[in-house]
Formats: sequence, structure tokens, C-alpha cells
Amino acid sequence: MQEFDTPFWSWYIIILTVVSIAGTALFLMSQRTRRLAPGEKAQEMEHRWDGDLVELNNPLPSWWVNLFWITLIFAAVYLVLYPGLGSFKGILGWTSFGEHAREMENAKAKYDPVFNQFMGQPVEQVAASGEAREMGQRLFYTYCAQCHGTDAAGATGFPNLTDKDWLYGGDAESIKSSIANGRMGVMPALGAALGEEGTKQVANYVLSLSGANHDAGLATAGKALYDTNCAACHGADAKGMAAMGAPNLTDKVWLYGGSEKAIVETINKGRNGVMPAQLQALGEAKVHLLTAYVYGLGGGMAKPEAPAMPAEAAPVEGAADAAGTSAAQADASAPAAQ
Amino acid sequence: MEATTYNYKIVRQFAIMTVIWGIVGMLVGVIIAAQLIWPALNFELPWLTYGRLRPLHTNAVIFGFGGTAMFTVIYYVVQRTCHVRLFAEKLAAFTFWGWQAIIVLAAVSFILGISTSKEYAELEWPIDLLIAVVWVAFAIVFFGTVIKRKTPHIYVANWFFGAYILTIAILHIVNSAELPIAFFGGSWLKSYSVYPGVQDAMVQWWYGHNAVGFFLTTAFLGMMYYFIPKQAGRPIYSYRLSIVHFWALNFTYMWAGPHHLQYSALPDWAQSLGMVFSLILLAPSWGGMMNGIMTLSGAWHKLRTDPILKFLVTALSFYGMSTFEGPMMSVKTVNALSHFTEWTIGHVHSGALGWVAMISIGSLYYLIPRLFGREEMYSMKLVTTHFWVATIGVVLYIAAMWIAGVAQGLMWRASNPDGTLQYGFAQVLNAMYPFYTIRLLGGLMFFSGMLIMAYNVWKTISVGKAVNDAPIPAPAHAHA
Repeated sequence: MQEFDTPFWSWYIIILTVVSIAGTALFLMSQRTRRLAPGEKAQEMEHRWDGDLVELNNPLPSWWVNLFWITLIFAAVYLVLYPGLGSFKGILGWTSFGEHAREMENAKAKYDPVFNQFMGQPVEQVAASGEAREMGQRLFYTYCAQCHGTDAAGATGFPNLTDKDWLYGGDAESIKSSIANGRMGVMPALGAALGEEGTKQVANYVLSLSGANHDAGLATAGKALYDTNCAACHGADAKGMAAMGAPNLTDKVWLYGGSEKAIVETINKGRNGVMPAQLQALGEAKVHLLTAYVYGLGGGMAKPEAPAMPAEAAPVEGAADAAGTSAAQADASAPAAQ
Repeated sequence: MEATTYNYKIVRQFAIMTVIWGIVGMLVGVIIAAQLIWPALNFELPWLTYGRLRPLHTNAVIFGFGGTAMFTVIYYVVQRTCHVRLFAEKLAAFTFWGWQAIIVLAAVSFILGISTSKEYAELEWPIDLLIAVVWVAFAIVFFGTVIKRKTPHIYVANWFFGAYILTIAILHIVNSAELPIAFFGGSWLKSYSVYPGVQDAMVQWWYGHNAVGFFLTTAFLGMMYYFIPKQAGRPIYSYRLSIVHFWALNFTYMWAGPHHLQYSALPDWAQSLGMVFSLILLAPSWGGMMNGIMTLSGAWHKLRTDPILKFLVTALSFYGMSTFEGPMMSVKTVNALSHFTEWTIGHVHSGALGWVAMISIGSLYYLIPRLFGREEMYSMKLVTTHFWVATIGVVLYIAAMWIAGVAQGLMWRASNPDGTLQYGFAQVLNAMYPFYTIRLLGGLMFFSGMLIMAYNVWKTISVGKAVNDAPIPAPAHAHA
């Protein structure tokens, strides 16, 4: 067994264990005494402490001795059958790795066909199947709800999946890519570069973008700073860039909070959003089902036509929803991530 | 000149602090039990978050309440059963102030978030060093007293106390081997274990399980061996049984740690050894229970009227239950269901409240009047009330946690026809709330019992007078 560098430690364990169990048994045997005859009183020991503390010397209760023997015999038999004595594998050849592998194989044989039945169908079709949605929901509860919530409405730092505001695109392909390969949403810390006053100005400019309460003077001053420091990712129009997961700042959807304080903190310290990749752990079929489930939560969008001019692509899906547009905008580069 | 009286001052100090730390530790327990139902009870203050209060609770009850109770009883019993005054009394006084300082430092450091994160060994290295020093002083006082004893034989309680003191020293020193990250450019208040990976886990649970085995079992069996025969007025049932279960218990406990790591990265052979030795541990554990309960033969009628004896015997029953449950939970198949569930919490509390706290409370009710020159406690009625409130509290607590734990384990493994989990984590958590509420109620009852005790102790002390000169009787060398 790979746990032992040299046979020495294996033998060390074997000898120590065998001597310990056998020694305990010998010790128990050595303490056997004659049973008391009916009516016979146990002898009192010739010691006395603290006035009245004395001891009788009753023999060991026989049921207790038997119980002791049963556990000792069980131990000996168990260590013959199962691994325990150093590198001796036990005659049943059981290992915890083996048990795990066997269970996984059984599960695979039993459940793979259940999941695979949806593999051939496009996400939009799977999303329409009640059975698939139920399976997807159960997967979601197990693997996704910890961050996104059982209602998929998200929490601070974890996106809401039920609206049409998508950081990386809301079409089936983009959703699948987010689930399968994960995402790293990095907002660099700009506090040092902007300074305290600059940060406040930019924050107020950002607030002004979605029509929130803001200080107009600060916002005006912040515009120039925004253009130099932020527009590269969030865009000159501040509608975000799905290729980088840079959020749209003009809607009222906030991942880390939309108060001035929260925005200042975001700018100051930056943010690191991580969606872990699931493909390796879950496999194609489950990722496919999860994609369909998330797609069907209410925010799923048609894959936009490949547009010639990203800037013009905004009205693809209901111009009324500004949030949706930012996602659609990114189509040119989002699929490239796959 | 040879002393003619016992040192009761040190015993009194520890006895009072036992009651106080019991109240503090259990209050924190009640708070975190309530936080599990109403998370807002941390008031968004980092100092009051569950992660900081939980180790405060466990350390305050195990080392604050349990440890202080053991100092109380050991300093009393070792003097009385050796028929000599305490050895190195200044050192004994140092153990009192040292131990109290450790508990206060523990409380402060946990609230500030300073922790090694090793369960039951969360204290950071400066406090670990202080524990080692106090413990060595404790060992000198105890063994010094045993060595200068006037009796030919060492009383059985003292065997258990000796095993406790020696083993805890070894466990604490080995498991607390850690390096402050200051050596690598970090803080002086944060250290990491010197053992890597799974070896650290193994050392930690070798320590952790024996903290239960020696701190909460061996030591308190010693307590049982003094107070049960004293309160029942009966001889100990079997000297032979005490020898067999003493050696078997101490020897076997040392092997049982790996059962905390079933189905983990620990090699299979180590998991198996942990399991089989945990099963072997059953009979040695029950030996102590048998010896205590059989000591009552001929005195069973006293149970009806004597609330102190009720405490002591009920403690033994909970001890028997927990030490049956423990080996069962170490069986791999059972562990696969019980591990990480509330069942473990129920198991621990049937031991901690049912056994450790009940036997300590019973012993304190015996001790307090004797330390303060009274016939008995101010109100024996209140002792009876305390007994019933505490017993019902424990039963509510552990029954709730058993049901919750088994339900939780079954819900976690329940699967749908497609192999997905039938219940999400939050759904299982939701099912726990009724049981969390019953647990809180049980905990509140146990805690109220401690308040009743504090009142009763206060009244006893205020009408009593500290006994500073209990004379040492001549030892009886041979019994007629």
C-alpha cells in the first residue's frame, strides 16, 4: 500500500495492534475469579480511606466479561476481513476507494440514461419540458442555490438569474458557457488611482447614469475621470461589455449594491466575482439541463443575429429593457469564449 | 511542623468559580442555540457571530466549567483520601489564578476572532504555553500530595485523577505544536499546526477524542468514585472491576481518535483501527457505570429522597447511554449516516450535560456545605427542583437532536429517481427549526437550573462560615 514508505511501519502497526488486542484478552482472562456461591457475600478489601471509604471485591459481572469478549472477537474477525493491520488488505479486499468507485459506476449505469435523454435537444426545447425543468431545478438546488438562492434571485455579489440583465449574455450558448467553464468577473481597485475625491466624483457620475439621486457637481467632475478610467470596460455609454462581464451601469440592477457607499467601496477596493466551472464535476448532460433550467427562469433570450455593428445591436430583444441590451451587445465576443 | 488541617481555601475558590463558569458557558450555549433559530441575534457585530461564540461556548463549558470542577474535586479528594494537607500550596494557588487567567484570555481571544481553528484546541500559542505551565504545576501538586500520603494504598479516584493529569499533559503538548506566522512575516497572534494535512487531522482527533476520553470521562469517573460511595454510604462494589476497567479504559481510549475521520482522507487501515478499538471501549466504559450503580445496592431507597444521589446516579445513566452510543457511531455504516448531523451534537450533550455537568453538580452540592461549615445546602427543595429542571432539559435537548440528526442524515441521502438529491440544503435546514426550538428550550431549562444552583450556593455561603481548619483524621491502616 502506498501509505507506507517502508515495510517497517506496516509491521510496527501490525505488531502493536495484535499485541494490544491479545494483551487486553490475556489481561481479562487473568482477572477471572470464582463466582460467588448463592448467598455468599463479597470479601471486603483491607483498605479504608477518609473515614468510611471501603471497597468490596465482587468478581467481574459475567455479562460484562462476555460483552468485553464479544468486542475483542469482533475486532479480531474484522481485522482479518478488512484493512486495518498495516498494509494487510484484509481477505475481503474492501477499500473505501473501491466502494466509492463501485457506487459511482452503479449510479452512472442507472442515471446516465435519464440525463442523457435530453442531450440531443436544443436548450430552448429542453426548457419547455416539464420533466427536464424539474430535474434541472433539483440540480440547481444542489449545486447552485448556495449562492444564487433557491429562487435564483441571487444575493449581493451573486447575480439574479430571473431577470433579463445578464453580465455575460442570456442566450443559451452564453449561459451554458458560464455554467460549464465558469466566469471571473474582475473589477480592479481604483481607489489609489482616483484618490478619495475622485472616487466620490466617479461614484456620483455612476449614480447619475441610472437616474439615481446624486450630487450633480460631483457627477459632472466624475464624467472625465470615468472616461479615462472606466469606459474601457464599461463602455463610453456605460452599458457594459459582456465579453468581460462588465456590468451595465445605466440600469438599476446592482450586483454589489447601488448606494453611494457601496459604489465607492466597489471603486476603491475592486471586486472579484467568481462563478466556478461545473463541467468537470457535473458532466455535459447535467450542465445541459441546468442551462435549460436557468434559461427558462424568465431571462433567457434568443441568440442574437451576428451583427455587423455591435453598437447597433441594442434593439434585438425588446428595446424597452435596457438591461437586456447590454448582454446582447456582447454577442460578437461572448461565443468566442467557448 | 506537620500540618494538622486540610487546605479548603483552594477548594472553595475553585468550587465558586465552577458555578460561575458553568453559568457563563451555558449562557453562551443558549445564545448560539438561539442564533441558529434567529441569525439576527448576532446583531451584525463580528464579536457576537456564531463562529466566534461557538468555541467560546465549548471552551467555557469544557475547560472553564469542567476543568474548574475537576480542580475543585481533585484538590479536595486527594487531600482527604491521602490524609495529608496539599503538597506545594503556593503552586496550588498559582494553578487557581493561572487557570482563571486562561479562561478569561480564552473568552477575550475568541471574541476577537483569534483562533487556531482546531476543535477544542482553538486557543492560540501564548495561551497554550500558559496551559502547559499551569498543568505541570497541577501535576506537581497532585502527585506530590499522593507521594506524601499517610495511607498504604492509593484510593481508586486518585488513579483516575493521575491518568487524567498525565494524559492531558501529553495530548495538549503534542497537539498544540504550532508555529506563529510571525516567523514568516505575519502576525504574532496567528499560528499554524506543525503537522501537515491528514497527519494534522489525525493528531487533532487523537487529541480531540482523548479530550473527551480523559478530560470528560476519566477525570469525572474519579469524581464518581469518591462522591457516590460517600453519598450512598456504601462500599464500592468491586475493587477488581475498578482495576480492570481503569487499565482497559485508559489503554483503549488512546486508539479511538480515528473514528472522527471515517470516510475521510485518512488511510483505511487507520479508520478501521479507530472503529474496532472504539467498540472494544464499550465494556471498559460500562465498567465504571456498573461499579458506580452497583455501589448503590442496599441503598436504593435513598434515591427517592436524596436529590444529590439522584444527580449522581442520573449522571451515571447518561454516561452509560453516551458510552454505548459512541462506539455505535464509530461503526462506519452508522457513521456514514450520523457524521456532520445534529446527532453528534445530541451525543456530545448527553455526555456533557447528562454526565459531566450532572455529576459535577451533584458533587458540588455535597461539597459546598462541607466547605462552608453547614450541615447541608440552604434549600434541599431547590436542589430537587434543580435536578428535575436539569433532567427534563437534557432529555428535551438530546431527544430533539437525535430526531433532528437522523432526519437530517436521511434527508441528505434521499435521492430522486434521476439520482439527484431529494432535498436541497436549505430544505433540510428548514426541517431543523422545530428541533432547534426544542433544543433551545432544553438548554434554557438546564441553564435555569444553574441559576437556581447559584442562588442556593449564595444563600448557603452567606449563612455559613468558611471552614479553614478541617482536621486531618488519622488514617485507618487496616479494617477490622
